[in-house]
Amino acid sequence: MTTTASPRPPAPAHVETKNYLNAETTFRSWATTTDHKRIGVLFLAGVTLSAMLGGTFALLLRLELLTPEADVMTAMTYNRLFTLHGVVMVWLFMIPAIPGAFGNFMVPLMIGARDVAFPRLNLASFYFYLSGALLVIAGAIAGGADTGWTFYPPYSAQTPTALVPVLAGVFVLGISSTMTGLNFIVTIHTLRTAGMTWWRLPLFVWAIYATSIILVLATPVLGLSLLLVAIDHAFALGVFNPAHGGDPILYQHLFWFYSHPAVYIMILPAMGVISEVVPAFSRKNVFSYRGIVIASVGIALVGFLTWGHHMFTSGMSAFDSGAFGVLSMFVAIFSAIKVFTWVGTLYRGRITLSTPLLYFFGFLFLFAFGGMTGVALASTSLDVHWHDTYFIVAHFHFIMVGGTMMGFMAGLHFWFPKMFGRLYSQRLSAVVALLAISGFILTFTPQFLLGNAGMPRRYHTYPAEYQPLNIISTIGSWAIGAGLLIGLLYLLVALWRGKPAGSNPWNLLGLEWSISSPPPPHNFEEPPKVWQEPYDYWRARND
Amino acid sequence: MPTTHHVAHFEDLAKQGHAARLGMWLFLGSEALLFSGLFTLYAAYRNEYTSDFAAGAQLTNLPLGTIMTAVLLVSSFFMAFALATARQERSRVSIAALATTFLLGIVFLGLKATEYTMHFRDGIFPGAYYTGPLGERHGVVLFFTLYYIMTGLHALHVIGGLVLVGWLARRTRRGDFGEAWSTPLELGGLYWHFVDIIWLFLWPLFYLLR
Amino acid sequence: MIVTHTLSAVFQAGPHQRGWADVLESVNEFYRRVLFLPEQASTVAAQIDHLHYLEITVMFAAAGAIALAVIIFLARYHHAGNHTHIDLLDEGDTRDPTLATPHVNAPLVLEFGLYAGLFGLFVLFWVLGYRQYVELLVPPTKAIDIFVTGKQWVWQFAYPQGPATAGILYVPAGQPVRIVLTSRDVIHSFFVPQFRVKRDAVPGMYTETWFEASRPGTYNVLCAELCGVGHSVMRAGVIVLDPQDFQRWLEGRSQFGADVPDTTGASLAQRGRIMAIQKGCARCHSVDGSRATGPTWRNLYGSWEVLEGGQRVFVDEAYITRSMMEPGRDIVAGFPNVMPSFMGLVAPGEVSALVAYMRSLSDAPVDRATDSLPGERGPNPASVRALPPASPAPADTTPVRLPR
Repeated sequence: MTTTASPRPPAPAHVETKNYLNAETTFRSWATTTDHKRIGVLFLAGVTLSAMLGGTFALLLRLELLTPEADVMTAMTYNRLFTLHGVVMVWLFMIPAIPGAFGNFMVPLMIGARDVAFPRLNLASFYFYLSGALLVIAGAIAGGADTGWTFYPPYSAQTPTALVPVLAGVFVLGISSTMTGLNFIVTIHTLRTAGMTWWRLPLFVWAIYATSIILVLATPVLGLSLLLVAIDHAFALGVFNPAHGGDPILYQHLFWFYSHPAVYIMILPAMGVISEVVPAFSRKNVFSYRGIVIASVGIALVGFLTWGHHMFTSGMSAFDSGAFGVLSMFVAIFSAIKVFTWVGTLYRGRITLSTPLLYFFGFLFLFAFGGMTGVALASTSLDVHWHDTYFIVAHFHFIMVGGTMMGFMAGLHFWFPKMFGRLYSQRLSAVVALLAISGFILTFTPQFLLGNAGMPRRYHTYPAEYQPLNIISTIGSWAIGAGLLIGLLYLLVALWRGKPAGSNPWNLLGLEWSISSPPPPHNFEEPPKVWQEPYDYWRARND
Repeated sequence: MPTTHHVAHFEDLAKQGHAARLGMWLFLGSEALLFSGLFTLYAAYRNEYTSDFAAGAQLTNLPLGTIMTAVLLVSSFFMAFALATARQERSRVSIAALATTFLLGIVFLGLKATEYTMHFRDGIFPGAYYTGPLGERHGVVLFFTLYYIMTGLHALHVIGGLVLVGWLARRTRRGDFGEAWSTPLELGGLYWHFVDIIWLFLWPLFYLLR
Repeated sequence: MIVTHTLSAVFQAGPHQRGWADVLESVNEFYRRVLFLPEQASTVAAQIDHLHYLEITVMFAAAGAIALAVIIFLARYHHAGNHTHIDLLDEGDTRDPTLATPHVNAPLVLEFGLYAGLFGLFVLFWVLGYRQYVELLVPPTKAIDIFVTGKQWVWQFAYPQGPATAGILYVPAGQPVRIVLTSRDVIHSFFVPQFRVKRDAVPGMYTETWFEASRPGTYNVLCAELCGVGHSVMRAGVIVLDPQDFQRWLEGRSQFGADVPDTTGASLAQRGRIMAIQKGCARCHSVDGSRATGPTWRNLYGSWEVLEGGQRVFVDEAYITRSMMEPGRDIVAGFPNVMPSFMGLVAPGEVSALVAYMRSLSDAPVDRATDSLPGERGPNPASVRALPPASPAPADTTPVRLPR
């Protein structure tokens, strides 16, 4: 595949000497780096910390929900906690995680480039991320918001909580997202190495490309919506306040126009990771490469047309409800294409049960269930019962945690050796994967049933008959928390004590595996050339 | 004059220029979506309060608004002229053109400030603070709330544009741009034209549709 | 246990009685219990649930098919000896011929067939669901109207004939009821799980929905749109009465209606206690001295309260009545200005009953055993012990610890 295809080099005794990590080690070299790999590592650190913060909020929430009464915290505190949980998880973790950490690190490597198109913009994007995150945290310390991450007016205009710093933080994070998306699009258009045509792009790159389209087009609308909420909150301008002639439902349209594509920003990169992991560990070509490509771009584009399915009970017209319902069915097909293709890739492959693949299996079922419940929700009458209940909470957690988080963990375990040149404990990581997956099932499956039973979401106290399911769910949350914490620990240990990985520990094809682990500062000695399809594991000889 | 603007990770200057142009168009696309949310709000509320919006538009200053439109159009012309002359290596003319653009931008902002002041004198404030004529009609108040938000956001973008023009003028004085390379100037021009175009949509919505 | 219970229900009915209807009913019941769905107390609930069962069955079948495929592929294609040890991974050339796998692409026919089929299935689900949804949107012409207002954090109900209640919605069984919904402040959502009905209450506009309760009983209204700190406790009860009982109730009430059950013999204070629950006072005012959204009623009557402006006021009938009608006027220091007005919602007689009750709470020792009804300890007694319900109420009698 590359001109320099050669026998796999033997695993080195020590980590490669000159690489992007140890080329310069001053604080300043990290703070002013324009190396996409270092920026990826910075993002990785940031999103990991954010996930821990958001996860802690979740554990506290579930603690309160162990009993029907309010015995751990007041209603106001509870409302603030779930708002912050949502804000931190969505904007500090889910949206930036895979694109910021793995997109930044891997995309230039996968396309044979030396860096992204605009390295300084990349650094700026990280600093916007950091500032936005700090603003949100400052807002949290100042009391946080209690409106839910959706900030619906008129309540958001009236709430006494510290909405403005939180909104400002999210606005700034949105700028970071837009910059990242813009950078990736230009990179993928202009920096592909010779021979890397669009139809030879690794599927992770396609996923990042599709995600970036949404990032660039949808995020500004979010910025605007939040700006208007902030103005309404601070200055009573009444854009959405009925007392001044405003329409609260218009806000919902505006907000969800961004926030529905946002969920595709969250899942597409994870699907991209899976599309790399599956052919890697079945050692086989993808069952339908074009299917995945079409599905990825299809999700990105059609995803813009479905936002109204969050508003079936809002008082929206019947026609709107119908249109959004059927369009939502349309977008579901693309996910079905991917599920089918991934499973088909296993067929007649040479499967290795590595930890990333274990996360794939978790992803497969949890995302499939989450997605299928999405189809059920789009059958509009069913949504009337389920809207704003725990069924919805379970639905999106199945996709975001069962999907994106699992995808993130798969990517982390897949690319950790490449990024840091170290191997981690296979056995421990497999155990943690199973723990995380089981913990997840225990946490969120009861929530589907709670939603069926009629327990609304964002409830601080609840009717006593819902308690047993809530207890199971809380116990599950401890399992997830424990699992992920252990995961963090063995990975940190591996950073220092792991065995050297060598350039191609998984023995795979792909430009990224042809260079050292960790990669040298400028990636490739000379620009590589590509003349074959990706994942072409069927070719038995050097051609 | 610096020898090259070519950065290592691009194959050649042409590719680099192409990438920069693509990046700027994407950025402008995202900006367009930022404003489009507001235009959508305007459309929705106008649909609901048609006569109120028409009444509100009567209260805006059409002559002033038209002058502002002309000012921006002329400034855009000078921006394009600056690019053309830079490419012809006539950097002194280019700087003068940029300075004119800058000045016209300031004039625009000054006119905007004057207009706002006139509105304030009439009690026309956004939202709950509105004490001007026809204040009991929700649509009129909403019209002006949107007016302030949209023209305000636009004015912020004009200020950003002025900073950009100033920076480009400094770079032109340094001799960065010539026949071989003038991409930043081109892209700055694109941004300025975009800001102008947004105004070309705001002008009819708030001044002409009465 | 669910299965045996259902099966025994099926088999207990002898072969002569066991018609298809019974079997279907058992299947319905089986699914409903397994899925934790509430009882089907409205006419549309059953058909919505049936669509639910269809979809979930299909989903599980699909998941099963995927699982089966994965298990089979793993079993057949898992490369033994390569489990999770990276250093034991295949040595040698990435192009080692022994490592090559066949190039398999999905046949286009299979792809298109599958995706078209799936899309058809999804559209079918949508068609079925949307038809039901439209049915939920359009009330039958002979529906009676009830006006529902959500206000932080109370549900208020008004009938065209004049009566108004707060916290309890009375409806007739077997008759369609059209709910005309709005909000006084922020967005709320009117949700009755047992009816499978939900619609947002939006300020500045009216939304509507309808339902027809199948049989008498007591059900819950829950607020399903975040509306502030009282969101979880913004609940009400739906009491479904036999049509004659409902008529009697409607007629028996005057303009300001006494919606008290027959309490002849009950003291004024006892009537006031029931009123406090029914009107929703207990939602924000505790009776045991603990602090809630509003001041506690324990030892309130006859005391001196400090108001926001610093002045003191003596709590007597006048102050209490004023607080009910113009709650924002004299707010006790340290409490938020969130009490709704009860103007038009309490008759003079009812005010007296409430005052009598509050008097009974002063200078008396806190005696949980005799002094409070279950659920009275906290601000949210969702259980309704007013009119005798025809079927057991899903009562929430959990004492709720008060939010600080």
